[in-house]
Parts: sequence; C-alpha cells; structure tokens
Amino acid sequence: MTEGEIARMGNEIRRQTLRAVFHAGAGHIGGVFSAAELLAALYFSVLRIDPSKPQWPDRDRFILSKGHAAIGLYATLALRGYFSVAELATFDAIDSRLQGHPDMTKLPGLDMSTGSLGQGLSPGVGMALGARYMGKEFSTWVMLGDGETQEGQIWEAAFAASRYELDNLIAILDWNHLQQYGWSTEAGYAASARLDPSVDPQAKWRAFGWRVLECDGHDVSEILKTCQAALERSGRPTVIIARTTKGKGVSFMENEYAWHSRPFDAALLERALAELNEATPG
Amino acid sequence: MSNPIAQRDVFGDTMIELCQRDERVVLLDGDLANSTKSDKLAAALPGRFFMMGIAEQNLAGVAAGMATLGLKPWVASFAAFLATRDLDQVRVVIAQPRLNVRLAAHYSGLLTGFTGKTHQVVNDLAIMRSLPNMACVAPCDAIEARAAMLALNDYEGPVYLRLTRDPAPAVVAADSVFELGRTVTLRSGADVGIISTGGQTARALAAADELARQHVAASVLHVPTLKPIDADAIVAFAEGVRCVLTCEEHSIIGGLGGAVCEILGERSPTRVARLGLRDVDGESGPNDALLRKYGLTEQHVTYAALELLRQT
Repeated sequence: MTEGEIARMGNEIRRQTLRAVFHAGAGHIGGVFSAAELLAALYFSVLRIDPSKPQWPDRDRFILSKGHAAIGLYATLALRGYFSVAELATFDAIDSRLQGHPDMTKLPGLDMSTGSLGQGLSPGVGMALGARYMGKEFSTWVMLGDGETQEGQIWEAAFAASRYELDNLIAILDWNHLQQYGWSTEAGYAASARLDPSVDPQAKWRAFGWRVLECDGHDVSEILKTCQAALERSGRPTVIIARTTKGKGVSFMENEYAWHSRPFDAALLERALAELNEATPG
Repeated sequence: MSNPIAQRDVFGDTMIELCQRDERVVLLDGDLANSTKSDKLAAALPGRFFMMGIAEQNLAGVAAGMATLGLKPWVASFAAFLATRDLDQVRVVIAQPRLNVRLAAHYSGLLTGFTGKTHQVVNDLAIMRSLPNMACVAPCDAIEARAAMLALNDYEGPVYLRLTRDPAPAVVAADSVFELGRTVTLRSGADVGIISTGGQTARALAAADELARQHVAASVLHVPTLKPIDADAIVAFAEGVRCVLTCEEHSIIGGLGGAVCEILGERSPTRVARLGLRDVDGESGPNDALLRKYGLTEQHVTYAALELLRQT
C-alpha cells in the first residue's frame, strides 16, 4: 500500500469511528483521531499479520494499551479484513464482539484485553520475553497514551524491558498532549487548555534505558521510516514518541479535551464527516 | 509419621519437576526467590526462571503476556502481594481473559515468619474466589501442595494457589492424587462436622482426635478447592451431622466459612459456626503465640465444636 493510500486509510478509520460512535451514542473519539495514521501504518504496512489467520503463532503482536481507543482499533481491523465493516455498527451493543474496551475473549485479532490504563506494556514485556524464550522472531508493539504514563506500572514495565534488553519490543507513545480532564493551566479549569500529561517523555524513556525515536504521528512517510528504524534490533527496547493532535482532522475537535469522549448529534456528525472528506489526500 | 515438610520447599522442587516434563512452563518471581524457594529452580534450570523485580503489577502483566503465547507461567510471590497489590492486574489481564497463569501465593495466613500485618493477608480467599474465572486452591500439607501443582499445571484457566511458609505435619496419604474441586473426608462421626481448608486442616484433625477422646464423634471434611467448590459434597457432609464448624487461617468473612454458609443456606439450612480471624488483621509473633491469640489452635477448634454442640 502506498503512503497516500495509508493516509487515506487513516481518514477512513476516523470516518468509521465517527459513524460507530454516533450509532452507539457513546465512545472515545479524540484519542482515536490522534492515533489514526499510526494504526493505519501499523496494520496496512508494518505489522506481519494475516487477517485470515488471526491466531497465527508467528504474527507480530499489537497491544492497544490505551484501550479506550478501542473503536479505532476495531475500525482498523475491519478495514484490514478481520471482519466486516458492517459489524462496526454493533459497537457497544449487548452481545457485541466489539466491547467498549478490547476483549480478547470475544474478538479474534485482539492480542490482549486492555482498558484499565497503564497495564498494556507489561503483557508486551511478557510477549517479547516469551518470544525470546520460544525462539520466535516476531515483534511486539504496544500503543500507549500519554495520560496513562502517569500510572506507575508503565515504569515497572519500562524497567523490566530494559533489564531484559528486549529489542523485540516497541512502544509507541501517542503524545497528543491531552487527557480526559487534565491538569489546569494558570487560567484555571474554566479554560479549555490543559497542561501536558507527559512532561519531557524523551528524557524519561532514555533514563529507563530505552532507545528513543520520534516522529510526526500524522505524517505517514515519517511514521513508516521510524517504524522501520524501530525494527532494527539494538539490544534495547524502543519507544517511538509520536507527536500527535488529539481530535486530529476535525477543526472543532482538535486539541479540545472535551472530545476525549462525548455523544454528538447528526448535524455535528455531518460537519465532521464533511471536514474529513475534504481533507482526505488525493 | 514422617518429618514435617514446608509447602514452599515442595513448591521449589515441584517447579523443577514441572519444567523438566513441560517446556511451556516458566516461573516468574518478584524478588522473593529465596523465600518462595523459587531459587531452587533458578539454580537448577536458570533459563526457566525470570526474576521480575519488586514490581508485582508488572509481574502479573508479564505472566499474562507469556500465557497468550501458549506458555504456562507460574508466578511466585507472597499472598499479601498477589491478592491485593496487583488485584486490578489479576482481574483485568489474567482472570477476565481466562489466561493460563498460576499464582503461587506463598506466606499465606498468619504464620509468615515475624512479618506483621502488612505481609499477612487475611482475606485473600474472599477476594480470589469472588473473581470470575479464578480457580482457588489451598492445600493442607506439602504432599497435597505437590499433587495440586502437578494437576493444576494442565488446568485451562487462571489459578490462585494458596501456600504456607513453615514445615507442617502430613495430613493426606503420601500417594494422594489431587483433583480440582474434590473434597477429602478425613474423619467420620455423626455429632459435629468440621469443614476446614489449608494449613488449618491439620489442627482440625487434631481437634477431632481430642473430641473422640471426649466421646464426641466428629467428621472432618477437608476442602482444598475453594473454587470450583464441591457444593454437593458439602451438603451431603452437613446432612450427616448435627451441626457444622468451619475453620480456616483466614477471615471468617468470605472465605471457606462464607462459602459453606452460602451453600448450606441455599440448599440445606444447618447450624454453622465459623472459626477464623474475626474481622481483624494479624501481627508479628511466634507461630504458637499467633495461633493462640487469634483462636486457631487445636484447643480452640475443640472448644468451638463443643460449644456449638451445646448450643445446637
């Protein structure tokens, strides 16, 4: 798939997410939109996977540690052919395989159940450590939200990964600078601005012994180059710090913490879809 | 009678045995290998042992990740840490996805080697048996601990295995086979039925012998599996006696006593008394002093049985 096609897929993930969340009347949007190009690049280019064999033992693993972006992952999996795009309409419905947070017992293609924040990197360490023990070549990718790196367990896992020199483990930090409610600025909580959930993440990950790479998380070309660099085995785990914008692609959602998760009406849906259609690269 | 053996010693030896017979088995430990006797495996088969540092939340998650690959990770730490420090991790990435992780919860109960209440979790069975999908096992001695480990290695799903620290007398026969969910009738008598679990069963058995000397016929039912619990066996046992005394080195809230009352209350209302920690934490002290202060000696079991019979 070309870079342009991956970029278009990123926007298609956003459109499918909007429709599913509108249909369900609930769901997280901002953190999907910040990660849309990252998800598209991973599933349509980087990951060694086979949608017809979701349990293939040698596949690359992907853990969405920021599990509240589940609908973005479901949209990606559906577009990649794991299941029909029509099933996205069941998101959050009773008996659906598409739970509010990823449930690996229900949906093939999910490598780990997530949702309680800060927990995804540790199973990634287990997969990477287990792969080495089993003599398997696959890589394990974990997408982290910046807000969830406030959880201590992330740093327990970061320490263990570097102690075991897990160079088959790659974390991607979706550094979108916003969390659900967030820390106030000098203007107080009344303002829409909030302080960054993660201060100087480069220095923190470096201090924990990780190789730190950076990219523009909405520039597909940069994402692909950085992911290829991350796959070089360096004797250390790698984190890709992806600079992103929460709500990316829809003007009235961008950098607005309130769009972390909220219902919206048909008029707003149409406005958002119109912006996304306009922005879709040729 | 053979020399008392510690469950933790048997744990270390049995881990070696399991690793030798099953290449999918690995052991993760939270910097307590010389306490949990995981160090035996670390010395014998270092490639199968993963020291994960003083970080129990990560420990649980790493084990879960390994289990998704088809490995059979065992996790060794203290009961106090496995049941509470990483409870959300156990719930979300082990129990809910039904992964094959075995939590070897060492130093359970009060007899933890002068640690005090921070290291004595009094409600781990209550917590673990209320987690959907989690099997829950408390062996009474080293023989049963080994037999349980051999059986549980092939079980599909997460397991909480509650182990004790100090050497204790053998209760079950040396060639005993463990079957998940099965209870063990150790004594038969029609007056009072004592239902016990874990290390407390040895003291329940001693109490039954003392009651026999006092011409009181006591039955003893050992319940090593708190979940899935054998409700039919407990009902049948209760229907053969006048009253039931539960006893456990655990809170009377939510553990074996709670489970028995739930079953009998629904299916065969029976007079029950619960012996255990009465909604209190433990403290530091020698084992005999702890058992005396918290009412868990064989004399306490004997007295409680007589008192229950008097009231029934």
